[in-house]
Amino acid sequence: MKLELGKIFIHDVQFAERTYAENGILYICRQEILDLVLQDDRLVSAEVELARPGESVRIAPIKDVIEPRVKVDGGGLFPGIISKVKQVGEGRTHALVGAAVVTSGRIVGFQEGIIDMSGEAARYTPFSKTNNVCVIFHAKDGIDAHEHETAGRLAGLKVAAYIGEAARDITPDEVVAYETKPYLEQIAEYPDLPRVGYIHMLQSQGLLHDTYYYGVDAKKFIPTFMYPTEIMDGAIVSGNCVAPCDKVTTFHHLNNPVIEDLYKRHGKDLNFIGVILTNENVFLADKERCSDMVGKLVGFLGLDGVIITEEGYGNPDTDLMMNCKKATMAGAKVVLITDEFPGRDGKSQSLADAVPEAETVVSCGQGNVIIHFPPMDKVIGTLEYVETMIGGYEGSLKPDGSIDAELQIIIASTIANGYNHLAARTY
Amino acid sequence: MVKEIERAGIPVVHIATVVPISLTIGANRIVPAVGIPYPLGDPNLGEDKSKKIRRELVELALKALMTPVEEQTVFEK
Amino acid sequence: MSKTIIVHYINNFFAGAGGEEAAGMAPELREGAVGPGLALAEAFGEEYEIAATVICGDNYFGEHMEEATERILKLIRPYGPQLFIAGPAFNAGRYGVACGTIARAVEEQFHIPVLTGMYEENPGADMFRRDLIIIKTKNSAAGMRQAVRKMAAAGEKLAKGGEILGPEEEGYLERGIRVNYFHEKRGSERAVDLLVRKMRGEECTTEYPMPVFDRVPPLPPVDDVSKVKIAVVTSGGIVPQGNPDHIESSSATKYGIYSIKGMDHMDKADFMTIHGGYDRAFVTEDPDLVVPLDVLREMESEGVIGGLADYFITTTGTGTSTGNARGFGRDFVKKLLDDNIGAVILTST
Repeated sequence: MKLELGKIFIHDVQFAERTYAENGILYICRQEILDLVLQDDRLVSAEVELARPGESVRIAPIKDVIEPRVKVDGGGLFPGIISKVKQVGEGRTHALVGAAVVTSGRIVGFQEGIIDMSGEAARYTPFSKTNNVCVIFHAKDGIDAHEHETAGRLAGLKVAAYIGEAARDITPDEVVAYETKPYLEQIAEYPDLPRVGYIHMLQSQGLLHDTYYYGVDAKKFIPTFMYPTEIMDGAIVSGNCVAPCDKVTTFHHLNNPVIEDLYKRHGKDLNFIGVILTNENVFLADKERCSDMVGKLVGFLGLDGVIITEEGYGNPDTDLMMNCKKATMAGAKVVLITDEFPGRDGKSQSLADAVPEAETVVSCGQGNVIIHFPPMDKVIGTLEYVETMIGGYEGSLKPDGSIDAELQIIIASTIANGYNHLAARTY
Repeated sequence: MVKEIERAGIPVVHIATVVPISLTIGANRIVPAVGIPYPLGDPNLGEDKSKKIRRELVELALKALMTPVEEQTVFEK
Repeated sequence: MSKTIIVHYINNFFAGAGGEEAAGMAPELREGAVGPGLALAEAFGEEYEIAATVICGDNYFGEHMEEATERILKLIRPYGPQLFIAGPAFNAGRYGVACGTIARAVEEQFHIPVLTGMYEENPGADMFRRDLIIIKTKNSAAGMRQAVRKMAAAGEKLAKGGEILGPEEEGYLERGIRVNYFHEKRGSERAVDLLVRKMRGEECTTEYPMPVFDRVPPLPPVDDVSKVKIAVVTSGGIVPQGNPDHIESSSATKYGIYSIKGMDHMDKADFMTIHGGYDRAFVTEDPDLVVPLDVLREMESEGVIGGLADYFITTTGTGTSTGNARGFGRDFVKKLLDDNIGAVILTST
């Protein structure tokens, strides 16, 4: 399966009479976006705001972030959700790299996060470096929480796909081709290189903790095999907020760093066979069953090495450890990527669970350390919920609009797929 | 918390869904719970059945408290 | 410019007061630097002054720990030190424990930077490495010169409020504190590097060694639960409506004790869940799913259990550090013991 990804680099976003991109500037028609969002009768009103890198702007509470893309050829974006169910990952896709759609609105859970566009706290999130089209939506009174989450998720995806259309007819600044062949051909292509897979654990624990695979709720599937390029076309969509720091946004699915970095070494140091997709469940029997299947797939594919990433912390650490143990038993060398929660003083154990096989771990930093957020000139959304959001606490929000809160309140700050440069070491 | 209770000399039973975590942190008497969103009961089965499950789990927990153990023990139904 | 005032703590041996025969000496104070303090003073230079030295016998300290600590704090107070140094204790076990104990007490009491030095295998090292900066020394006083140099360098940084770097750079014993930094490569690239090395059988160093959790030996069982009072503790985040104590929905720093007196079940009008780690819809409808009050009340009236505490104890488990959880436990067991609780049911989601 081969996908050509055409990148159009965006370095600014502005409002205009129509939505288009030109000379690295994305122009957004506010009314078109509003009309699109309000097609959903569960949403009664909405606003559109822009936030650019370096501005004195704070956005909260963030639900999801999505990179605008368009399928130029080979199916539709986000299949099974806003396009018909049809396999993706082939043909050509264009991306507005450097732009992002950020959804915000009244909080549904505790798990929505913060983005600062400048200052100390901006260093921790990739979305302080993107030109953000912020969509703030308001659901009708008395809406059920599940419905509220669904409406917001669909709004973000539709807006991203709509803006992505602006990239359809543009000649990309750069085109990268990614290719993974059917199993036997892929083995034959690099017979002497070690066979490597990526075990991708999706958060799937219920309201605000769900992820969708071709429209299917991830807790309802059994572990399966994917071509990496399917994910770049939106076959996986985030429907969740775990702790904000840990959230694998839809942006991060489209731009999965493990897939990107495995492709960089593909054909040189390793033979990237593909992705084993699995979930994180709330029943122990499901954790056992799914990790057994992951181990079985590792053995069946004859993988020499795997990288495993998790989403969230606490009980998903158990899924991570089970997958690690069973992949090791199936004969693979295993490297885990995780983040850490050792308490504000950094002195406690960083993970809730541990096995001896987890001997090679990459850390994406510890999420409990307290960070100071200076006041910003402008707030997009609301700071009303800061103290009840994960990472916030009583007294977090100061009268001048500054905040002291744990790092985990920042969206994707310690994301456990290795997207960021943040790491932790022992002092 | 479970270890500090035990260290203080009060026998304790841990009813927990994710038994591996309970084992890792070091609880000695463990009773597996139903699931993370509903550890003691199962609301999908209606109130009576859910309560019956809860009663059985608590009974099992009491049994665990009265059972001598030498090492970490999981009390299955 | 006024000098930075240092107070130094040493034992009988290093003060020249004698070995074992002097180990029983009570704390006493001498003006200025004594013994190893002379070398320290030289290493610190002109801007610093060791104003006083406290000397105490190792046995005396070990046998009268609280009293000795109190006395030493009193002796030090008039000098208004800005930096406190204990030792170095090298591999002397009793001395190491004394250095650690007094250094930690000084830090808590006076809120000034403190510093000590020990050999890695000194029993005091494991007791205090998390709480204190302990400069790594050789196992005997032959390593004095080196120890003094490193202690002076670290002491100067501490006194000036400079950033203390990692254990390798500064020469202290690893404290087990996880600290963030920005790596030149992103995490996924490091993971691929490690995997390639691991598959080749090359050395690959983990960024986080798996944690070790301590164990408590199991207690003997309860003879008869119908004779004891039971309390429920939960990490399931059940709190009274409105969460009056603002317990966090993840990574909790507090717990709560809430009354269930006179209630025959957990009513959703009275209680809610704030746990950020699961779908709260079911528990919101029926909090008995986490705190099984309804069946415990039945069992109480049937005589199956001897009684039920008038309260339950609660916090949020998800992301809560073991250090905090330990602290909660140590704190609330006092109440459980005072209230003659004979057994605890702890529920987790």
